[in-house]
Amino acid sequence: MECLLEQNVDTIFGYPGGTIINLYDELYRYKDKIHHILTSHEQGASHAADGYARATGKVGVCFATSGPGATNITTGIATAYLDSSPVVFITCNVGESLLGKDAFQEVDITGIAMPITKATFLVRDPEDIPDAMRQAFAIAQSGRPGPVLVDFLKNVTNPDVMIDYEFIPADNNRDCKAIRKLATDSAMSAPEIDTEDVEKLLDMIAESKKPFLLCGGGVVRDRADKEFREFAEKIDAPVAITLMGGGGFPGDHPLTSGMIGMHGSEASNIACDECDLLIAVGSRFSDRVALNPKTFAKQAKIVQIDIDRAEIDKNVLTDHHIIGSAGKVLSMLNAKLPQYEHKEWKEHILPLREPSKAPDLGRFTPQQILETIRNTAPKDAVVSTDVGQHQMWAIKYLHFQYPGQLLTSGGFGTMGFGMGAAIGAAVGCPDKCVLNITGDGCLRMNCNELATVQHYDLPIVTIVFNNGALGMVRQWQDLIYDKRYSETTMDRGPDFVKLAEAYGLKGYRVKNVEEMQTTLKEALAEGKACVIDCLLDINEMVSPMVAAGHDITDFLLREGGSVG
Amino acid sequence: MRRVFNPEKKIYTLAVIVEDIPGILSQVARLFSRKGYNIESIVSGATDRPGITRISIELLADELMIDQIAAQCRKLLGVKAVKILDEKTSIRREIAFIKVRAAERAARDEILQIVNVFKGKVIDIDLEAMTIWVFGDQDKNEALIRLLKDFGILEIAKTGTIAIERGHGTIYDDNKLQEEFNYGKNVL
Repeated sequence: MECLLEQNVDTIFGYPGGTIINLYDELYRYKDKIHHILTSHEQGASHAADGYARATGKVGVCFATSGPGATNITTGIATAYLDSSPVVFITCNVGESLLGKDAFQEVDITGIAMPITKATFLVRDPEDIPDAMRQAFAIAQSGRPGPVLVDFLKNVTNPDVMIDYEFIPADNNRDCKAIRKLATDSAMSAPEIDTEDVEKLLDMIAESKKPFLLCGGGVVRDRADKEFREFAEKIDAPVAITLMGGGGFPGDHPLTSGMIGMHGSEASNIACDECDLLIAVGSRFSDRVALNPKTFAKQAKIVQIDIDRAEIDKNVLTDHHIIGSAGKVLSMLNAKLPQYEHKEWKEHILPLREPSKAPDLGRFTPQQILETIRNTAPKDAVVSTDVGQHQMWAIKYLHFQYPGQLLTSGGFGTMGFGMGAAIGAAVGCPDKCVLNITGDGCLRMNCNELATVQHYDLPIVTIVFNNGALGMVRQWQDLIYDKRYSETTMDRGPDFVKLAEAYGLKGYRVKNVEEMQTTLKEALAEGKACVIDCLLDINEMVSPMVAAGHDITDFLLREGGSVG
Repeated sequence: MRRVFNPEKKIYTLAVIVEDIPGILSQVARLFSRKGYNIESIVSGATDRPGITRISIELLADELMIDQIAAQCRKLLGVKAVKILDEKTSIRREIAFIKVRAAERAARDEILQIVNVFKGKVIDIDLEAMTIWVFGDQDKNEALIRLLKDFGILEIAKTGTIAIERGHGTIYDDNKLQEEFNYGKNVL
């Protein structure tokens, strides 16, 4: 516990059990210093710790017991890993004498978690606890952030065992031996960014007539939105965001061209195809962005700015790269960058953006819901989403302003992430309004956490895009699988209004935009958690759409939904 | 400039310098199984530096494959340095023990002669069989094994290939690539 306080941890999400009981016993003594949120399921706790980390920029902490407790958090670990979110997961295993004997609730969680963490620690000696914790926190938040798992054997947590322990505040951790050891090979001071690489990019920018910028998750994780904005304004180029880049660049900025990729805007995808210089900051060109890596930005010189060298030339071959944190590299560039103007190029790309006003189609549409949210909810409201159509609509129609405002599972695509993430955000940012945008399929996956929302009185407004189907899969079936809707129709319970009431929350049902407006206003004014069930047409689709593996301008659906 | 990768498949040896910590070998090996690549051989052994182990992995791959695997390897926290070695840039050797049937005197004499040509040694012998030790590159060892097949091979144990760069350069030499990877690993 002292080790957690050393790292300035004041919030933990978790679920107790047999092997972790000693830690919980100690937590009981520390309850005035460390606030523990008990969820309904370990998976919910893992997403909450992740959401907390994303929203606050601090390291999230999640506790789980051995065996099923540990395996239940694996989805959360993988979600954090794929989206580079700094979370320390703490599990306890059976005692030394039982280890490896298939004891009750025993599982080799460090082995299971190895491919989905930055590092794992199996602590077998109580003396190792302080250093393991210091290393875990240092690794989770340094470089490209990510999850770390620390597994304690039960005997290590025995309260009768006393160790020689000295409290070293987190800021001074760099002086402790374990951290020095981690750092020796990369020198004791943070390495410098290569100035030649920076000069080269400045020359490339000077030569470019049609530059195009891509704002990825790295900008968000490094909280480098101000640097990125200055960079974009100086180059005067259209800016696309990736899903993870949401919040890295203001969604309503005059240079924004929208999201890029499978459901990218026409403006962004066409700009990518026609530009002569593409600068991607903190983006790994995933298969949902560079659908066909061979033809991606085919006329352009591609430049990648990333903290993780292993991402360079991984998915798309590049012409130049700079290694460094987004904030530092961009400030170095900004210091030397003159003001450019690319009027003609901008005037070619930016008018391709879809008008943001929702058209009246004579039915209740997802765009109307999001327009209502945009106009009604506070501008700085934190938005968590689940995965699917509603996620794409949310990023398309809401304008995110700052890093940590959008919490979404981009890399791993975890359905059920949103509710947990919203809990984490509501705990971490108590002064902000938190909206959980979800679908009927996703809400079914982790609706048990409504109990957590109610118990801790977290004012989360859950907005369900209820089309009675697994909409995104259905959309693929519609367009690519000849309308064979195999197992995607959700013609079943529960009644989400009654479900909310069962958990002691208010539930609303909304069938049109007028009801949406009044309901959301009422819900926000009450400042209490609630569920708003929005009934939508089953055939709503996300547009534009480019099928996986195709060229980025090979639209299956055009903007507005017409077939491409 | 955009890199161009040679699509031709050949045997590469990946030399990986790691910290000697639990699970590091499986962390490295996992990168290969994840991609569905088959490791030809893997050897792990101590180095002159305390707490530092060298893992040599032999793999049939094209340049892009080996480059990506090396990148993922370099990224691991316990990995200190990685070098991609091929036939041209490195010396590669392995040791093999070959237990061969040798019940008759004539067979024993003939085996001895062959083994001498290959600069191998007989390290164990009884009335039924001989065990041969041979050290060399893979081609040489394979050639010996082919010749001994006629006598009836009972069992073979090989070390797998170890490799080291030719010339004065070492795997520890500082270079920009290593620096770039270290940037992401820095904990300060």
